[in-house]
Amino acid sequence: MMGNTGTEIMADDTKTAIRAFIIENFLFGDDNQPLPDDMSLIDNDLVDSTGILELVGYIEKEFGFKVEDREIVPANLDSIARILAYVDSKRAK
Amino acid sequence: MRLEDHLRARAADAGRKTALVCGDRRISYGEFNHSAERLAAALAAAGVHRGDRVLVFMDNGPEAALSIFAVWISGAVLVPVNPSAKAGRIAFLLNHCRPTAIVTQSRLAPVVADAAQQFPAPLHVLLTEPHPALPNAALFASALLAEPMSTIDDGRQEDDLATILYTSGSTGDPKGVMMAHANLDAAASSIVSYLENTTDDIILSVLPLSFGYGLTQLLTAVFSGATLILEKSFAFPYAVFERLRDEHATGFPLVPSMVAMMLQMKDLDPALFASLRYVTSAAAPLPVDHIRRLKDFLPGARLYSMYGQTECIRATYLPFEQLETRPGSAGIAIPGMRAIVVDEAGKPAESDTVGELVVSGPNVMRGYWEAPEATAMALRPHPETGALRLHTGDLFTADADGFLTFIARRDDIIKSRGEKVPPKEVETVLHALPGVAEALVAGVPDPVLGQAIKAFVVLADANLTERDVLRHCARHLEDYMVPKVIEFVTALPKTDSGKLSRRLATEMHSTRKGPDV
Repeated sequence: MMGNTGTEIMADDTKTAIRAFIIENFLFGDDNQPLPDDMSLIDNDLVDSTGILELVGYIEKEFGFKVEDREIVPANLDSIARILAYVDSKRAK
Repeated sequence: MRLEDHLRARAADAGRKTALVCGDRRISYGEFNHSAERLAAALAAAGVHRGDRVLVFMDNGPEAALSIFAVWISGAVLVPVNPSAKAGRIAFLLNHCRPTAIVTQSRLAPVVADAAQQFPAPLHVLLTEPHPALPNAALFASALLAEPMSTIDDGRQEDDLATILYTSGSTGDPKGVMMAHANLDAAASSIVSYLENTTDDIILSVLPLSFGYGLTQLLTAVFSGATLILEKSFAFPYAVFERLRDEHATGFPLVPSMVAMMLQMKDLDPALFASLRYVTSAAAPLPVDHIRRLKDFLPGARLYSMYGQTECIRATYLPFEQLETRPGSAGIAIPGMRAIVVDEAGKPAESDTVGELVVSGPNVMRGYWEAPEATAMALRPHPETGALRLHTGDLFTADADGFLTFIARRDDIIKSRGEKVPPKEVETVLHALPGVAEALVAGVPDPVLGQAIKAFVVLADANLTERDVLRHCARHLEDYMVPKVIEFVTALPKTDSGKLSRRLATEMHSTRKGPDV
């Protein structure tokens, strides 16, 4: 317990929230499907173009920053791990 | 001319020119043709003969483009399938057109394995990469080592079927639109002529190759010796736009929902699009407001509004110089074809009078696969000459100069994201969910999707939630058919005579519409 820093706890909460959003909205609550952190949301047909816009809306609302159009790219949003890294990098600014 | 002969001609006259760009891969016309000939030989060796059907069930990519031409080189008939199709759909197609083979990719192998269990006949499976769900499948890697299949004399001709494109009718099961090589040759040649495509063009397409408008991008590129950049999806518009800029794309085919997304993006830099010579819009009418805004945003690019349906690929286009004066018009018949508005008797309607659009020319389909009654409804004889014409089922007007304007669809088909959704197909799935008493599906206006699918559901089990219903739909329907909104109602809207009414449902929606939609 002592080893957990504040940042790690925050990262875990963020990841849980992102994962919950994806399961709720793109899997319609079906949490029996495997969803590893590095799984591509697009290649595995979880998210389509309207889904990405919903995801962006969620990130802006939940984490309180603006997602620029030029940031809506696979490198930032195409897996749970990438979303987490992107959200962390934005919050660090 | 048969379609594979166009590819052979490009391999001969411009073999080193880049034909396809997909991800990091760049494939020349020479390699494209050579690989397709090898795949064709592997298909032939597996028992695919002239006239046999072959399903191609793949994401946009080099393998899909190669497979499409390989099917034609083998003499077989291409049946392209949307990569978001579920097992039920594939099983329907297998049993409906009884293919000899299916070409697919490892991601989709479980879906194919599931569907194949519901198809009694032997089916040869060709996979891009091995997958445990299909242990007996042949693999691309070995197929590409086959001795290339050159021209063979099996009596093939341009009147042979090139493809069966499945489309959703207003009632009952999907119908297979039969297009001969000559039909697609005529349609694509006409498109090349009015878009003025040349070997200098670089076309970037995110449209699935399983979709008529997507397939024509491949054909027009090959016909004109242009380069085609194939993208899997438009999920990340900005990434697509950067690609467009980096590859100096000159042509960009759009559907209305893509335009809506572009116009919603703030701070979008027009410089990303500086290389574009033209953009096209088809699949559903583009709102006039969007046409104006797109034109203002891309002053250097020609914008072509077009209209077509699977049964003829393309019927009309608006010459770009007419856009200022007639922004809402679908234009005139594409070169080499006729498109006129007729009255109930099939005679030309007066100008500015609403009637049905009928199309004639070498682009018109041969009919629906094994559906003579539906074919007879769609292809009807001219009242005087007896020549068959395609009755589109779409209502149009023509002005005094002959420019056409789309009014409405005659039936209830929902057009969401440029895809056709027959309400009945969604209702069938809803009705299969225990706890649903009754369901009615209608299209409601949506700024991005064109129409959004809304399901009105009467519950038998009050514990069923909206999420339960959506999850059930997502399991049994292709993505674009899953309702966006579910409304639980105590009774479905019915007309005085007791018939369920989609129109009343839509009206019910607009009076209740809140800020959520």
